[in-house]
Amino acid sequence: MLKGNSDELAAPENVSSGEEKTGIKVMPVEECIVEIVSDAGEGAQKAGQSFGSVSAKMGNGVWTVEIIPAEVQPPARSRAGASGIRIRFGSDKVTNMGDEADLVVAFNEQVLYGRIDQKAYREGTIILIESKWKESKVPEIQEEYALAMQEFKQYGFDVREIRMEEECLKFVENPSKGKNMWVLGMLCSIYARDIEKAEAQIRHTFRRKSKKIIESNLLLLNAGYNWASKNLNLRFQILSEAESVSKVVMNGNEAVGMGVMAAGIEVCSMYPITPATSVTHYLSEVFEKSGGLVHQAEDEIAAIGFAIGASYAGKTAVTVTSGPGMALKTEFIGLATMAEVPLVIVNVQRGGPSTGLPTKVEQGDLLSAIFGQPGDTPTVVLAPATIEECYHFVILSRQLAEAFRMPVIMLTDANLATGVQPFTRPEINLDSFSPPIDQSPWKKEIRPYEWDEKTGLSQRPIPGQSDGMYVLTGLAHDEESHVAYDSHINQLGCNRRSRKMAAIFKTLSPPTVNGDEKGDLLVVGWGSTLGAIEEAVNKARQMGGSVSSLHLRFLSPIEPGLEKIFKRFKKVMTVEINYGDEENDPLITSENRRRSQLSWFLRAHTLTDVDFLAHIHGQPMRPGFILQRLKKELGL
Amino acid sequence: MFGLQSECMLHVPEQYHTLSDYEGAQPRWCPSCGDHAVLTAVQKVCREKQLPPEKTVFVSGIGCSSRFPHYMRTYGFHGLHGRPFPVAEGIKFRRPDLDVFVATGDGDCCSIGAGHWIHAIRYNMNMTVMLLDNEIYGLTKMQTSPTSRKGTISNTHPHGSILPPINPLVTTLGVANVSFVAQTVDWNPAHVFSTLMAAHAHPGFSFVRILQRCPHFSPNLYSDEISNPDLTVLLTHENGIEAIPEVQKMYKNSVEHDPADINQARELAQREDLVPIGLFYCNPEQEQYDKYGASNIGFSPQQKSDALNVELDKYAV
Ligand SMILES: Cc1ncc(C[n+]2csc(CCOP(=O)(O)OP(=O)(O)O)c2C)c(N)n1
Ligand code: SF4
Ligand SMILES: [Mg+2]
Repeated sequence: MLKGNSDELAAPENVSSGEEKTGIKVMPVEECIVEIVSDAGEGAQKAGQSFGSVSAKMGNGVWTVEIIPAEVQPPARSRAGASGIRIRFGSDKVTNMGDEADLVVAFNEQVLYGRIDQKAYREGTIILIESKWKESKVPEIQEEYALAMQEFKQYGFDVREIRMEEECLKFVENPSKGKNMWVLGMLCSIYARDIEKAEAQIRHTFRRKSKKIIESNLLLLNAGYNWASKNLNLRFQILSEAESVSKVVMNGNEAVGMGVMAAGIEVCSMYPITPATSVTHYLSEVFEKSGGLVHQAEDEIAAIGFAIGASYAGKTAVTVTSGPGMALKTEFIGLATMAEVPLVIVNVQRGGPSTGLPTKVEQGDLLSAIFGQPGDTPTVVLAPATIEECYHFVILSRQLAEAFRMPVIMLTDANLATGVQPFTRPEINLDSFSPPIDQSPWKKEIRPYEWDEKTGLSQRPIPGQSDGMYVLTGLAHDEESHVAYDSHINQLGCNRRSRKMAAIFKTLSPPTVNGDEKGDLLVVGWGSTLGAIEEAVNKARQMGGSVSSLHLRFLSPIEPGLEKIFKRFKKVMTVEINYGDEENDPLITSENRRRSQLSWFLRAHTLTDVDFLAHIHGQPMRPGFILQRLKKELGL
Repeated sequence: MFGLQSECMLHVPEQYHTLSDYEGAQPRWCPSCGDHAVLTAVQKVCREKQLPPEKTVFVSGIGCSSRFPHYMRTYGFHGLHGRPFPVAEGIKFRRPDLDVFVATGDGDCCSIGAGHWIHAIRYNMNMTVMLLDNEIYGLTKMQTSPTSRKGTISNTHPHGSILPPINPLVTTLGVANVSFVAQTVDWNPAHVFSTLMAAHAHPGFSFVRILQRCPHFSPNLYSDEISNPDLTVLLTHENGIEAIPEVQKMYKNSVEHDPADINQARELAQREDLVPIGLFYCNPEQEQYDKYGASNIGFSPQQKSDALNVELDKYAV
C-alpha cells in the first residue's frame, strides 16, 4: 500500500500539475524538519499533527513535538508566545526532534524571534511568513515587521512572504479560524503529500464538529494546496520503503493510556497536572469501553490513596501524575511499599523544582523516584525510552507490581508525552490483562506476609476471600500483619521487601551497547533522550570517533553488568536533561560539584568516575548539541 | 449452626456468626477509653446483621481510634494519618460487594484529613463512618485538636487553646450531597448500637459523630453530660434512630425532628446548651458515586481485548 503511495507521488494529478506550470523540480530528500509557529490558539498544532499523521500514513518515519508557550494566553505577537509544532519526518525511522528546522511557516514575525533564541533555525532555513503585517493599520507593527524581514535576511534565512489570510478570504469569511488548514494544504503541496490522506485526516480530527466546519476546512486545505502548487517553487519528496508491518501512530501519553487498557487496569485515579493530564483525558474518553474508570480525585494524595484502596480490594490500579503530584504522593508510596500493595505510578516528568516548568521536559525526578520516600522504601523505577515503550512498559509495570506486590514507578517526560511517532502495532495478548480477582477460600495456614526467604515474595489475600482476613498496616508488622515493634521484626520486614528487588534484578539482563563493546567513550542515557543520543553517537562514529552508548530502562533495580561494561571504556559520561554544576563555575571544585542525577547515581553504583552532559533548558536533547560535546571529548 | 433447617429456608446464612467471630486482636486502648464501648457496639451490629467477615472491610487512619480495624476479625486497612477516606473510596469503587466501615479520629478527619472528609461527604459512597471525637489528639499525647473547645489546656496550648472548635456536624451538614448525619455518645452503648444500625442500613455516606471519652488526657471532658442526662437532648422521629425504651427513659429532653428537614438539622447541630443525639439528617436519594464505580465491572479479557483493538484501529497508519 505504501509503495503504491510513492508511485502516486509521481502521478501527474498530484504533483506534476503544479510542476508543469511552474516548471520546478521535485527535490528528493532523506528527511525534513518543518515548524509551524503562531500565537497561541491559531491552530498551528492541529495543522502540524495532521501533517505528521499524513506523513506517517505515507510510510515516513515521523516525530512531532509541540512548541508550547509558558502561559495559557500570552499576548499576541510576543516573542515568548511562540506556540506551534515541529514535525521531523524522513525516509527512515525518526527518533527525536532533531536540530535546526529546514522550513518554517510563521503566522507572525515576532514568534519567530522566540524560536531563533532557542536556536531552532539555521542559515538557509526557509521561512514562509504571513505578510499581512506589512500593511497593518498600526504603524509600529509595520515597522516591526519591516525590521524583522531585514534581520531575517541578515541571518541568512530564505524568507518568502505570503498573503495567507488574503488567500483564505477568497474562500471563507473569517480566515483566523481556518488559516491553519490552508497552511496544511500548502505544506502538503510542498512535500508532495497525498491530499486524500490529508482530507481523511481532517475528517477524523474534526469528527466531533459540524459538517459545515469540516467542509470549510477541506475547502481551505485544497485552496492552500492549489495555491502552493501554482505559486511556490518548493517541492520535496521523501520516499519511504514499503512497510510490511502494520503501524499505529500516537503520542506518548496516548500510548500510556492505551497501555493502561492493555494491562487490563480497571482504575485510573488522578488529579489534573501538566504534562500528565492528557493521559487521563484520553482514558476518560475510552476507558469505560474496556471495563475501566477514571477517578478524578480531590488532590494527588487522595488519587494515590484511592488507587491503593482499589488495589487492596483486588482491582488493578494506576495513578498518573507529574513532579509536584509525585511529591504529594510520597507518604502513600511508602505505605504501598511497607504494606506491599501492587500499584502502578506513572510520572510524566516536567521541569522542577516546585511548580517549575509545567509544560517543559526534564528528567529531574529520577533520584526522588528511587530514594524520595522516607525510610527504606525499595521501589521499582523504570523508564520507557520511546513512545512504543510507553505502551508496553505500562503492561510490564502492572505485571511487576502484581508479581512482586509493590509499587512500580514509571517515569516518562514531556518530550515523550507530546512527541508523536509511528510504531509497530502491538499484538494483544490476553494474558497481559490482569487476571480476574481470586475469591476462592484462602488457606488459613498461609499468613498474609509469608515471606519467602529467598525472594521476599508472599501471597496476598483479597477481601472477599474467606479465611483470608487480615489488617493491612503501614506500621512495622510481622508475617501475620500484626503490629510489631520488636527490633528483629523491623529488620526482617525491611530485609524481605528489599530482597524482592534482588529477585527482580535476577530477571534482568545487561543492557546492549550501541556501537563497539569497548572504546574511548561510553555515553549513558535513560528515558526520552535515546533517539538523540544514538543519532549523535552514530554520527560521531561515522566521523571516526570511538564512542558507544547504552540506554537504561530499569533504574531501580538497576540493570546488571554496568561496572563491567564501564571498565571497557576510557571514559563514561551521561547525557541527561538535568541540572549539574559546570566544572569551571565559580566556587565549584571536584569535591563540591553537584553532579547531574544519573551520573551521581551511576558513580555511587559502579564506583566509576562518570562525567555528564546535562542541561535544563526545558528543551529535548538535540543530537547536534550532544555531537558537539562528543567531538570535543573525542578530539574530532 | 442453622444448617439443619437449610432445606426449608432459602436465606439461611451458611454459618451463624457469633460475636467472637468479629473479635480480632486484644484492644490496647486505655482501660476506660470510650473506644471500647464503640468496638463492642460495632461487633454487635455485625452479628445482628450477620455481616460476612470476609466481605467486610474496616478502614482507618492513624490515631488511638484508628487502631479499630485491628480489633475486628474482618478485613482491615490501617493506613495513613488523615487518609482513610480516599482508601475506603478506592476499596468501594469497583467492589460494590464489600461492606466498608471507616473509623477515624477528630485529628484524622477534621484536621489533616479535612479535605478528604469534605469530598467524601460529597462522593456519598455507601459506607459507615464513625468519627471518634475525643476533642484531643490521643495517640500523640494530648495536643489541641480542631474540635477542642476554646481554652482547652493541651501540650501545644498550655495556656489554653485560642480558637473556637470546628463543629463536625455543622460542617458535614453544610456539604453538598450530604446524605446521613447522626450523633451518639460512647457512654450510651444502646444508643451507639441503634445509631450504627441505622447508619449501616443507609445507602450512602453515613456519618456518625461519636463523642468519645479519653480519660487518659481529658478525664473531665464529658463528666457533666454523663452525670446529668438532662444536658442531653434526644432527637426522635419515626424515621429517626430506632426508639429504645431504656434510652428514652434516660433522657427527659427530647425533640421531635424529621431527618428530612435539613434546616432544622443545622439548627440542632449548632446547639451549644445541650448535646443532641440521634439522627439529624437522612436523604437516601442523594447521588452516590459508588453507583458510577459499579457501573461497568467484570469485563472479560476478550471484551477488554476487543475494546483495545478498536482503539488501535483508530490510530492505525
Ligand atoms: C503525616 C502524619 N503526621 C502526623 C502524625 C502523627 N499523628 C499520629 S495520630 C495523630 C493525631 C491523632 O489524633 P486523632 O485523630 O484525634 O486520634 P485519637 O488518637 O485522638 O483517637 C498525629 C498527629 C502521623 N502519624 N502522620
Ligand atoms: S489516650 Fe485516650 S483515646 Fe487513646 S486509648 Fe487512651 S483513653 Fe483512649
Ligand atoms: Mg482525637
